[in-house]
Amino acid sequence: MIRLAGAIGLLALISVPIWLGNSYYVNIASQILIWAVFALALNVLVGWAGFVSLGHAGLFGVACYTGALLIVAGWGHLAAAVAAIAVTLVASALFGVLSLRTSGIGFIMITLALGQILWGIAYRWIDLTNGDNGIILRARPQPFGVSLESPSAFYFFTLLVFLCTLASMAAFAKSPFGISLRGTRDQARRMTALGYHVWLIRFAAILFSGLFSGVAGLLFLYYHLYVSPHVLGLPGSAEVLLMVISGGSGTLLGPIVGAALVVVMKTVASAYIERWNLVLGAIFVAIVLFMPDGIVPGARRFWCWGRNSLRELIAAKGENLS
Amino acid sequence: MTLWIILTINSIAMGGLLFLLSSGFSLIFGLMRIPNLTHGSLFMLGAYFGVTFLRLGINFWIAALLSALVLALIGGLIERLLLRRLAGQELAQVLVTLGLSFIIADVCLLVWTGDPIPLTTPESLRGVVRFADVVFPRYRLAVVVIAVIVAAALWLMLERTRLGATIRAGVDDPEMARVTGINVSRLFTAVFCLGSGLAGLAGVLSGPILSVYPGLDAEMLPLALIIVILGGAGSLPGALVGSFIVGFIYNFGQVMFPEFAYVVLFLPMVLVLVLRPQGLFGRQSL
Amino acid sequence: MRADSMRKTLKLALAVTLPLAVIVHGAHAQDPEPIRIGLLTVKTGPLATGGIQMEQGLNIYIDEHNSMMAGRPVELIVADTGGSPATAKTKAQELVERYRVDAIIGPLAAFEALAINDYIAQVRVPTLSIAAAEDMTQRMPNPYFVRVSSSSAQASHPMGHYAAIDRGFRRAVTIGDDIAYGQEMVAGFQRSFEDNGGQVVAKLWPPLNVAEYSAYIAQIRDVDVVYMAFAGVNGLRFMRQYEEFGLHGSIPLLGGMTSADESILRNMGDEALGVISSSFYSAELPSAANQAFVSLMRDTYDVDPGYYAVSAYLEALVLDTALQQVGGDTADKEALMAALRSVSLEASPRGATRFDEYGNVVGNIYIFEVQRRDGRLVNTPIKTYENVSQFWTYDTEEFLSQPVYSRDYPPARFLGQ
Repeated sequence: MIRLAGAIGLLALISVPIWLGNSYYVNIASQILIWAVFALALNVLVGWAGFVSLGHAGLFGVACYTGALLIVAGWGHLAAAVAAIAVTLVASALFGVLSLRTSGIGFIMITLALGQILWGIAYRWIDLTNGDNGIILRARPQPFGVSLESPSAFYFFTLLVFLCTLASMAAFAKSPFGISLRGTRDQARRMTALGYHVWLIRFAAILFSGLFSGVAGLLFLYYHLYVSPHVLGLPGSAEVLLMVISGGSGTLLGPIVGAALVVVMKTVASAYIERWNLVLGAIFVAIVLFMPDGIVPGARRFWCWGRNSLRELIAAKGENLS
Repeated sequence: MTLWIILTINSIAMGGLLFLLSSGFSLIFGLMRIPNLTHGSLFMLGAYFGVTFLRLGINFWIAALLSALVLALIGGLIERLLLRRLAGQELAQVLVTLGLSFIIADVCLLVWTGDPIPLTTPESLRGVVRFADVVFPRYRLAVVVIAVIVAAALWLMLERTRLGATIRAGVDDPEMARVTGINVSRLFTAVFCLGSGLAGLAGVLSGPILSVYPGLDAEMLPLALIIVILGGAGSLPGALVGSFIVGFIYNFGQVMFPEFAYVVLFLPMVLVLVLRPQGLFGRQSL
Repeated sequence: MRADSMRKTLKLALAVTLPLAVIVHGAHAQDPEPIRIGLLTVKTGPLATGGIQMEQGLNIYIDEHNSMMAGRPVELIVADTGGSPATAKTKAQELVERYRVDAIIGPLAAFEALAINDYIAQVRVPTLSIAAAEDMTQRMPNPYFVRVSSSSAQASHPMGHYAAIDRGFRRAVTIGDDIAYGQEMVAGFQRSFEDNGGQVVAKLWPPLNVAEYSAYIAQIRDVDVVYMAFAGVNGLRFMRQYEEFGLHGSIPLLGGMTSADESILRNMGDEALGVISSSFYSAELPSAANQAFVSLMRDTYDVDPGYYAVSAYLEALVLDTALQQVGGDTADKEALMAALRSVSLEASPRGATRFDEYGNVVGNIYIFEVQRRDGRLVNTPIKTYENVSQFWTYDTEEFLSQPVYSRDYPPARFLGQ
C-alpha cells in the first residue's frame, strides 16, 4: 500500500511540468521543493531534537555565499558545491558548540544572534561579499553536461535532490541515531543515565541539519543566480521555522506542506490577495487554533475522525436494516 | 571628552527607553514562559494608537496611558482566546505569536499607511539642557526619569502587594503556586495585560525619539529579547541592568568599533548565554 | 497503518494539485490586444511607503489618459516584491511568463534590480527602472533597461558643487544609510565637493538595524556642513534628532534625493525647515506639466507627489511616448527599446529629459530648500542645474574605468583633519 501511495506521489511530482503547463508554475514548484529541503533540514532540529532555531538562514546563506564566491573566482561547479557544503558544516559545528550551551529560549536567542551576526558580516564586509549589491552568477551548473537553464530541466534537478533529501530523512528517522535523537528530545536525563552521550547526539544532529540547509542554499543559488544579505536575514529564518511548525514538526510530510503553504501564499496568492501577509498570519493563527500540531497531524486526525464517523454511520445503518 | 559625556548620558537615556520596552516582555516570559514574539508588534501598535490620540488633540501623557489601556485590553484578548490553551506548547506559541505579528503589521499598514510618523514631543519637554559644552534633549532625560518611576512602581507592586507576591510565587514555582490555591490562569491573564500595556506605553513614550513606521516591530523585538536574556527572565532588576548594558554597548560600541557595529550588539549576548545561561540576575536556568 | 499512509499521501497530492489546477485553468487564454504593463513594487514591509506611492503615481498617469496608450487599452498588473530580491525575481518571472507583460516599470530597490538584471536581458522585456543603482547604467549596462528617474549620485554631484562654490562650505561630514544607495550618493557628493575645494573630514555609516543617531550626532563637530544620504524613516529620524540635539540652525544640513522627500515632510514639523536637498523633482516645480500632475495627485490621493510617485509617472510617460513612436507595436522589442532610448521630452513634471547611451536620463537637477508655504512643508527650488548626466562633468570613459562608487571609493583623503 505504501508503495502504491509512494508511486502515485512520485508520478505526480515527476509529471509536474506536464500538468502545470505554464513555466512560471514549474518554477514555483522548484521553489517549493528548495524550501522543502530547507524545512526538512530545520525539522531535524525542531521536530526531532526539540530545539528551535531562529538562525538557520545563516547556515543556508553561508552555503549560498561560499558557492557564489568560489564560482565567481573560477572554481568548477562541483568543487564549489563540495567546498560550500564543507564550509557550511564548519559553520554548523561552530553554531552547535556555541548554542548547545543552552536550551529552550536561550537556544532560540543564541541562534538568532548568530544568524544576525552573519547577516551583519555579509552587509559590512563589502570586500568579500559586495555588500547589499550582492553577487551575480552568470549561469547554472551543467551536471554531466545537462543544461539546467530551462524551468523543466531545473525542476527535475531539484526534484532529484529533494527526493534524495527525503530518502535521507526517512532513513535517518528510522535509524538508531534518529531514534536516539528523539529520545534526547523526550527524555534527556534518562538517555544520559542509559549511557548515551546526549550532547554529541545533538551536535551531530546540528551538523546533519546544517548539511541539508547548505544543500538547500546551493539550490537557491543555482535557481536565482544571485545572492545578497537578504538570504541571511531574520525574516528568512522565521519563514522556514514557520514552515516547519505550521506543516507539522516531527513529521516527514509536515515541512513539505508548510513550505508549499508559505511559498504559494507569498508568490501565487499575493497576485490575487493584496493583504496576503495578513491572510498568512491568519492562517497561522487558525492552524494553532484547530491543528496546533500542524497541518499534517491535524489533517491525519481529521481524516481518521471522518473515516471513523463514516464507519459508525454505516454500522448504525446496518443495525437499523437488520 | 564631550563626546564621552554625551555618549554616557545617551546610554542611560537609551537604557531607560529599552527598559520600558523590555519590562513587559520580561514579566510575561518570566511568569508564563511564553516567548511572546508579538511584543514588538504590540509596541508598534501602541505607538500608532498614540499617533491617532495625539491627532485628536489629546494630551501626550493621557494619550500614553490610553494606549497602554488599549494594548492591555488587546493583550488580554490574545491571552484568553489564543495563548491560554497553549501552555507548554512552545512551538505553537511561536507560531501563533509570529502569526499575530504578521496580522498586526499588515493592519497597521492598512490603517496608518506606510509613511513614517513621528510623535510630537510634549510642549513642556521640548528643547535642550545645556551644561558645560554638552547639549542634551530634555525629553530623553525625562524618559529616564519615567523609566525609573515605572521600575519603582513595578518593584513596589511586586514586592509589597499581594498581586506581586502571587506573581513572584508563580515565577518561582508555578505548580506549588497552584497547589496553594492561587488562581494561576487569572494571574496569567493579568500579567499578560500588564506586559502588553507596558509595551503600548513604551511605544508612545519612545515615539518622539524613534517615530513609528512599518518595520519598527522587527527592529525592537530582538532588542527586547537581548535584554531579557542578558538580565535574566522574570527579574525586573535584571531587565533594568540589561537595558543599561545594552544602552552602553549600543552607543559606545558604535563609536569605538564602527566596523563591527552590527555584531557588537549581539556578541555580549552570545557571551552571556554561553557563560551564564540564566542571565545575570536570573534564578532558574532557561 | 499502510492504508493510512496511502490515504495521507493521496490527500497531500490532491491538496497540492487541486488549487494549482484551478489557478492554472483561470490563467489560460490571455487576450493579446491590450498593452500589458507590469509594476514591480513593494507593498509590504519597510519599503512599502515608496512602493505604494509608485502605484499611485502610475495610476494617475493611466487614469489621466483613460487607460490608453498609443491607441491601445492599457492593462496594469501590480506585483508585490516585499523588498526581497528573491521575490522580485519570482514576481518578474510571473509578470513575464504568466501575464506576458510588454514592459515592466520598476523595481524600487537596487538589489531587486540587480537580482533581475540578467533575467530581463534574457527575456528581452523593456524595463523602466526606478532603482537608482549606479552600475545598472554604467559598468553592467543592460540593453533592455531605461531609467528616467536618476542614478544614485546623479543628484549629489551638483550638490557637492553647490555646497563648495555657492555656499562656500569647506569642511563637511557625511552620514548615510550603510547600503549601496547611501554609499553611492555620499561618494558623488564627496567627489564633486572635494573637486571644488571642499574637504570631507568624516564619513559616518549608521548600521541598518540601528534606530537612532545620537551616538553619531555626538561626533559631529568642527564642520561647516553635514550631508545626509538616507531613505525612508531614517531621514525623518535623523532630522528630528539633529534638531533634538540642538544642531538644527547651527550647522547647515544638506540632503540627498530621498532624505527630504515629500512623503517624509508631510509628517514633519519645524525641524525640517531650512534643510537643503538636491533631486530631480519636487512638487513645487512651477512648470505647467508639473502643476497638472500635482493637482491630480492632490485631488485623487490628498498627498503631494514625491520621488517615488513622480518616478512611476515619468516612466509611464516615457513608455507612452515611445509606444506612440512605434505605432503601438509591442511585438518588435528592439524597435521599442530604440524608441524608448530616443525619447526626448520637452515638458514633463521634472522638466526636459533625454537618455544617454546607457539608458540613463539626462535632465535637470534642482537644489531645494525646505520652506513653509500655506502651512505645509515644501521643497522650494532655489537653483537649477541643466543637462545633468550620471557622469556630471567627468569624462565618461575615465569614469567607467574607475571602480563603482562605494563606501571606500573615491577614497576620502581628508578624514580626521
